[in-house]
Amino acid sequence: MDSESHKSTATKLVYMANQIAAFFHTQPKDEAVAGVADHINHFWEPRMREQFFAILEQEDNGFDPLVVEAAKHIRKPGPVPA
Amino acid sequence: MSLIEEIDYGTPKSLSEKMITLTIDGNEVTVPEGTSIMRASMEAGVKVPKLCATDMVDAFGSCRLCLIEIEGRNGTPASCTTPAMEGLVVHTQTQRLKNIRKGVMELYISDHPLDCLTCAANGDCELQDMAGAVGLRDVRYGYEGDNHVFAKAHDVANDRWMPKDESNPYFTYDPAKCIVCSRCVRACEEVQGTFALTIEGRGFSSRVSPGMHENFVDSECVSCGACVQACPTATLTEKSVIEIGQPEHSKVTTCAYCGVGCSFKAEMRGEELVRMVPWKDGKANRGHSCVKGRFAYGYSTHKDRILNPMIREKISDPWREVTWEEAYKHVANEFRRIQYQYGRNSIGGITSSRCTNEETYLVQKLVRAGFGNNNVDTCARVCHSPTGYGLRTTFGTSAGTQDFDSVEHTDVVMIIGANPTDGHPVFASRLKKRLRKGAKLIVVDPRRIDLVRSPHVEAAQHLPLRPGTNVAVVTSMAHVIVTEGLFNEKFIRERCDWDEFQDWAAFVSSPEHSPEAIEQLSGVNPQELREAARLFATGGNGAIYYGLGVTEHSQGSTTVMAIANLAMATGNIGRKGVGVNPLRGQNNVQGSCDMGSFPHELPGYRHISDESTRDIFDKLWGVKLQDEPGLRIPNMLDAAVDGTFKGIYIQGEDILQSDPDTKHVAAGLAAMECVVVHDLFLNETANYAHVFLPGSTFLEKDGTFTNAERRINRVRKVMSPLNGYADWEVTQNLANAMGLGWSYSHPSEIMDEVALTTPSFAGVTYDLLDKEGSVQWPCNEKAPLGTPIMHIDGFARGKGKFIRTEYVATDERTGPRFPLLLTTGRILSQYNVGAQTRRTQNVVWHEEDRLEIHAHDAEQRGIRDGDWVKITSRAGETTLRALITDRVSPGVVYTTFHHPTTQANVITTDFSDWATNCPEYKVTAVQVGASNGPSDWQIEYDEQARQSRRIAPVLDAAE
Repeated sequence: MDSESHKSTATKLVYMANQIAAFFHTQPKDEAVAGVADHINHFWEPRMREQFFAILEQEDNGFDPLVVEAAKHIRKPGPVPA
Repeated sequence: MSLIEEIDYGTPKSLSEKMITLTIDGNEVTVPEGTSIMRASMEAGVKVPKLCATDMVDAFGSCRLCLIEIEGRNGTPASCTTPAMEGLVVHTQTQRLKNIRKGVMELYISDHPLDCLTCAANGDCELQDMAGAVGLRDVRYGYEGDNHVFAKAHDVANDRWMPKDESNPYFTYDPAKCIVCSRCVRACEEVQGTFALTIEGRGFSSRVSPGMHENFVDSECVSCGACVQACPTATLTEKSVIEIGQPEHSKVTTCAYCGVGCSFKAEMRGEELVRMVPWKDGKANRGHSCVKGRFAYGYSTHKDRILNPMIREKISDPWREVTWEEAYKHVANEFRRIQYQYGRNSIGGITSSRCTNEETYLVQKLVRAGFGNNNVDTCARVCHSPTGYGLRTTFGTSAGTQDFDSVEHTDVVMIIGANPTDGHPVFASRLKKRLRKGAKLIVVDPRRIDLVRSPHVEAAQHLPLRPGTNVAVVTSMAHVIVTEGLFNEKFIRERCDWDEFQDWAAFVSSPEHSPEAIEQLSGVNPQELREAARLFATGGNGAIYYGLGVTEHSQGSTTVMAIANLAMATGNIGRKGVGVNPLRGQNNVQGSCDMGSFPHELPGYRHISDESTRDIFDKLWGVKLQDEPGLRIPNMLDAAVDGTFKGIYIQGEDILQSDPDTKHVAAGLAAMECVVVHDLFLNETANYAHVFLPGSTFLEKDGTFTNAERRINRVRKVMSPLNGYADWEVTQNLANAMGLGWSYSHPSEIMDEVALTTPSFAGVTYDLLDKEGSVQWPCNEKAPLGTPIMHIDGFARGKGKFIRTEYVATDERTGPRFPLLLTTGRILSQYNVGAQTRRTQNVVWHEEDRLEIHAHDAEQRGIRDGDWVKITSRAGETTLRALITDRVSPGVVYTTFHHPTTQANVITTDFSDWATNCPEYKVTAVQVGASNGPSDWQIEYDEQARQSRRIAPVLDAAE
């Protein structure tokens, strides 16, 4: 688009996940993985987590290794009730 | 209905606990030691005549009217300056006193106009009352002598006479009516703390003077109204009283501007508002006000208000006025169509931090129960969401810990990223009062805010940090406190998790957090940072007040946690005078958060995944709530651009102007199929709306606001809504059009539902609020009258939690293309996006946003004061006029964001807080250069806004 700040949602999600990881990197080791996963489970709407898993499947997805490690504790969204 | 008359006790209340008893006119009265005889008399029901005394300011003893006689003492002392003592026998009415008083009044009246019948203070004049009280029947001196009353005497100009000063838009100063009691001067000093007024001249020449004999509007006067309130005559009078006359009834209500939540008496004549007068029993403001709450209510009857619902197919069409029924039906049909076509989660809503708790509760209920999803958010997203996250994680509650009275017991105040004299003026006045009594002040702010140095206030330390380095600086303060052994071990062992403390202490102690090491990042002098940390840790009761300069950063939540760490480490939690105090932006931003406006939380901050909480609402509302969090505002806009979010109901928020990265917001709104804006005015967001529902002002409805102290204050309806319906009624009608079958007949019933479902509000009822004036939540069985101070015997979460707070630099960095850092803020006379204040005479103080730039940076760019400059960031560019100043350091520029034409948010980026997505408004890398005028975007935007505000003329049915 017309300027640098207009990133795609996918780019933003990767950035946000890595920002969360950046915080938990500084926390005690045993809390970091659960910290990232809990945070995303608590605050990310299902379609955001849906996109998250779609991005995760791509190679070179840009996720911080801590995010990748936390991914297995992140809840897969179920179907939206009609 | 009648006019609420407050008793004026003449002198302030004594806080002593020792009681003494004396006899006044034969009545025994017991008062706290230090009470004046005047006040003691009033408490005994005896009104001693007075003119220069009023209980908002200290006794002065100048008018010589309140004289009394005391048995066994010589003379006739002034009752205002004479303290009551054990066993005194006082007489307030003797022949001697009567003679003296009458003589004094004769002198006063001999130099006062006798135009009582046509005087604006007629019926509300203390001079008139006192003339009556002392039985003045004649003035022996006549009116011909030296005076300040007449412009001319025998066709010769009277040098003593001064014309009326009408320069202030809200009140007049008529020196001819002044009795030089100094109440205004003292109110300006003692209550407001601005010291704008003085007495010029001596003896008979004495007159009140704003500054150095200036006009009010040109002086340092901040138009708070304290002097007008203090004036016993018509010398200082509201222009509205001059125009309308004296009010006949009044109701106590709550200001709808900032998060201080001042109580006012709305004084009325019929349904016309005559004036707003701060209420002395208001526990947030204690009888004080600022220019916004006191005077800037004219927007409520402004011609720009939209009073009829409107619809249009496309946002390029002109608006078409429709009936309410048609509007509701249209919205209901559109929302249901969108959900059918794009799925249940394709619509959402935004609650307003300007509306009442009850209205906010209904909007989130409409989204959760009616839309069947959790896509609800509020403007707290863009201001204090990090406060919620940070304080909940560390203390267990998403709110400030104190009441405002607490500041009276504080010894060291630390202000971080807040500018109270502009943003929270009434709290600032209370703070300055405490500072003048000797409390110390530390200011952590990139800009030299007024509190750093203003009359009789000077910060012990100002740490002018580089924007974006809060975490580094606050963590470094912790480094000093821990490494120098200044922490409060007893408190930490009792109240916090000791292992977590040790982990944290080891973390902050590492050399990379030392003030010397972080100087490179923050630009803060290490020695000064050490001094500030030592002062905070050892100076007695330490309280931290902070604002959006803390939260609106990519590490906003981390800074809030760093602040909480600091308070816990120094034991500054759980009693008067200490605590962590977020200065909330909007009147009801605390309340809107409390009421479940966040997409992941039900009312009372309970996570949506908690089954037992959902169960309460499932049963009451007869629905099955989704257990997943909904979209936050930025996520809604992303989803809109992606095509999965298509409809929104926005109550009282202007996201296009107030949210960052305007172009992205515009793209999101433009991608939606049904945008419903519910507001007073055609705001900027309405340029992209398909349906406009007219809103009502705080004067037109009942409800409650919750201020920054968690105080639930009543809002009372004083006039009928011009648009026909209070906002809660509009939301209810919309819900019913969608088949929800709600039947609230009064906001009190909505509060009853909140109390029924939310433990921290369990005890709140309108009856209780009417009885107590206000309560602070939690208010329930454990605290039936509310909770002024939290975490007294332990933290809400159990043990206080220390969290490591590592500084992570924002990715918004300066470089060759964008070498300066832009930060933003507010100014006293304007409020937020200015939708209200721009529609009042407050514009005389601030007609446009200006770019503050240091002389060094300006010179390099060839910019002179007042020049048009272009400011460019990675997101966009805009233009405004420069203001050269040394308030900002070289490398930092600053602007306010009150005017839509400035479009400050065109340049702010989409970076946001890692935990809450609160936008990073406070740091944008920019370049500034000379410009010829508005940018292409500003011109284009202006044209689009003009086009989209067209309203089609109504066709006459007969044609």
